[in-house]
Amino acid sequence: MEEQSYVLTMLVANKPGVTSRVTGLFSGRGYNMESICGAPTHDPGISRITIKTKATPDQYIDIQKQINRLIDVIKLRDMTMEDKAIKREMALISVEITSENRTELIQIADIFHARIVNAGIDSYIVEVTGTEDKVNAIIDLLRPLGIKKLTRSGVLALYRELDDSHRSSR
Amino acid sequence: MTQITGAQAVVQCLVEEKVSTIFGYPGGAVIDLYDELIQSSRIKHILVRHEQAAVHAADGYARVTGQVGVALLTSGPGATNGVTGIATAYLDSIPLVILTGQVPTAMIGNDAFQEVDIVGITRPCTKHNYLVKQKEDLIPTLREAFHIARTGRPGPVLVDLPKDIMKALVTCRETTPIKMHNYQPTHEPEMEQITRACRLIMEAHRPVLYVGGGVVLANADRELFELATKLDIPVTTTLMALGAFPGSHQLSMGMLGMHGTYTANMAVAEADLLISVGARFDDRVTGKLDSFAPRARIIHVDIDPTSISKNVKVDVPIISDCKKALTAMNTWFNNEQQISVTDEKDKHQTWFEQIRQWNERHPLAYRDEGDDIIKPQYVVEMLDELTNGEAIIATEVGQHQMWAAQFYRYNTPRRFLTSGGLGTMGYGLPAAIGAKLARPDAVVIDIAGDASIQMNIQELATARQYGCPVKVAILNNQFLGMVRQWQELFYDKRYASTEMDIAPDFVALAEAYGAVGLRATKKSEVVEVIKQALAVDNTVLMDFRIAREEGVYPMVPAGKATTEMLLV
Repeated sequence: MEEQSYVLTMLVANKPGVTSRVTGLFSGRGYNMESICGAPTHDPGISRITIKTKATPDQYIDIQKQINRLIDVIKLRDMTMEDKAIKREMALISVEITSENRTELIQIADIFHARIVNAGIDSYIVEVTGTEDKVNAIIDLLRPLGIKKLTRSGVLALYRELDDSHRSSR
Repeated sequence: MTQITGAQAVVQCLVEEKVSTIFGYPGGAVIDLYDELIQSSRIKHILVRHEQAAVHAADGYARVTGQVGVALLTSGPGATNGVTGIATAYLDSIPLVILTGQVPTAMIGNDAFQEVDIVGITRPCTKHNYLVKQKEDLIPTLREAFHIARTGRPGPVLVDLPKDIMKALVTCRETTPIKMHNYQPTHEPEMEQITRACRLIMEAHRPVLYVGGGVVLANADRELFELATKLDIPVTTTLMALGAFPGSHQLSMGMLGMHGTYTANMAVAEADLLISVGARFDDRVTGKLDSFAPRARIIHVDIDPTSISKNVKVDVPIISDCKKALTAMNTWFNNEQQISVTDEKDKHQTWFEQIRQWNERHPLAYRDEGDDIIKPQYVVEMLDELTNGEAIIATEVGQHQMWAAQFYRYNTPRRFLTSGGLGTMGYGLPAAIGAKLARPDAVVIDIAGDASIQMNIQELATARQYGCPVKVAILNNQFLGMVRQWQELFYDKRYASTEMDIAPDFVALAEAYGAVGLRATKKSEVVEVIKQALAVDNTVLMDFRIAREEGVYPMVPAGKATTEMLLV
């Protein structure tokens, strides 16, 4: 069966070693991990980890079951569907600056609503936020200008709607 | 609220959890705990001779009692020696709590003496594990550990205890209920699924119950018996479930899979309905996946959602404790007015006739070769006969394990202790010791191979120390027999590193430990040796010199369909 990209997000107990339980599960069972992103939520006892994975549909079901079995995982959600979830990624891109490419760089940044967050003598750092496709697109356009360094956050995702568990907590 | 030391708190928690026996080996990091244990009259500590054996013994104890087994190991090598035992329990879903010592919290990460990241090492082979870094966390963590180990799909839980936490003063509060909002181990069966399953059973003409270790873990053997006998459904069990259904019952087809019976494998291949309860479609059971139960619709009851449709797609998944699901099915059949149980039984008669024919054509068998040659199967049969099928049998791993599975009758659960999932050689002797300590009144026999027994032979000393008269029956073919069998069949008899002709004189070895050593080299000596072994109130090592190149049959070559059996 064909592999597809999926995005999963999970709430986990904010304890040492939890990320390693999740990543260890992926490596131990031979699952793919394209990106991982984790940080505490507004509740300091709980972190949110978001993972982008490539898997066959059957394997994706297995992945979700296995993650759910981890004791420290509180809640797991599939964020793949566009209509249900907002997904964003951020990148910092350092481009070498010459007198020839400076204008083009500023124009590209403008088109993508990206910001130049550092202007050095010979390089600029562009900060871009958006869907994964948007980040890919700006990288493609900046590549000919001379990208020297690049870092991406990995995908972050949230469900658009609240569910009962959120409402009851108020 | 009283202040006690961490070590005292650990002992107190063990008492609260109704632990009476633990298995362990001391060392610097756990010396404070041992100092508390020696002062406690409530907990009996069994000193093993190798940490792996401590975990296996706790595992054997857990398998026969159904309670959580406890092992106590020191830091570093003590803990790493326990890893094989932990992985063994993990693969067979055995409830254990393993307490390991750790260097003081301030030294963690410094490569201190006997420091190892045991929580990191055991993360993939425990159900869960903990490093207790704050003294406030000690008591709640221990309670959680027991709770997690015994609930849901059971498994080993490790708690790493730094030395300073054992010395620190902790506040002992009254027991509060465990709050783990993220861990919900119990699953009630969905009635809709139960109804679907029962209707499929009604429609079936060639049903088979395929029963796994989950039935034993859930203590659901009575409910299984009720369902099988109510409707006359033939039963095959996995290695882990031997005894979950009486092996002598006419509905029993014995074990299925790689070394399963001809009848069981043929029945699964021809079945139109497979009712899997607490089994996980392991590759040793299914053989080639595409050819497994090709004509059957499949009902799968399992407490662990990850087991469902992992290897084989099922038609009716039921995520539930086996006992609850079987009870619900029995209730459904009892309440449905329009069902005539007699009609249901009648419907299966042709199927039975077929099963009877398979059984007659290829029963479990071996060739007798006269008095000069002891057949291993004969030894197991005689052990069965002379213990009236009532002993607790532990095994190591290999040919003898399969013969023990095939030729001893298991009529009740929790009497066959074997490393099914991980296949750990060296499991049997310590597990037998754990079992004997749990059930002092039972006859406990470790059926072993000459290679396997040497992996934890040092435990003879443990058995002697605690007056633990386990009997070890070595089926000695001077080979690493199962690997040799594969080499014979699939590697042109190139016996690479499987000859074991240099071995200790097991009779002399037994005597060196103060145990009794007996030997049989002729068939006619077998019964006498077993009788002597059973009569003496001491640990006994029986050395049966068996046919060297005997094979285990039937055999499904790895990766082949289960109908492609090599027969005797």
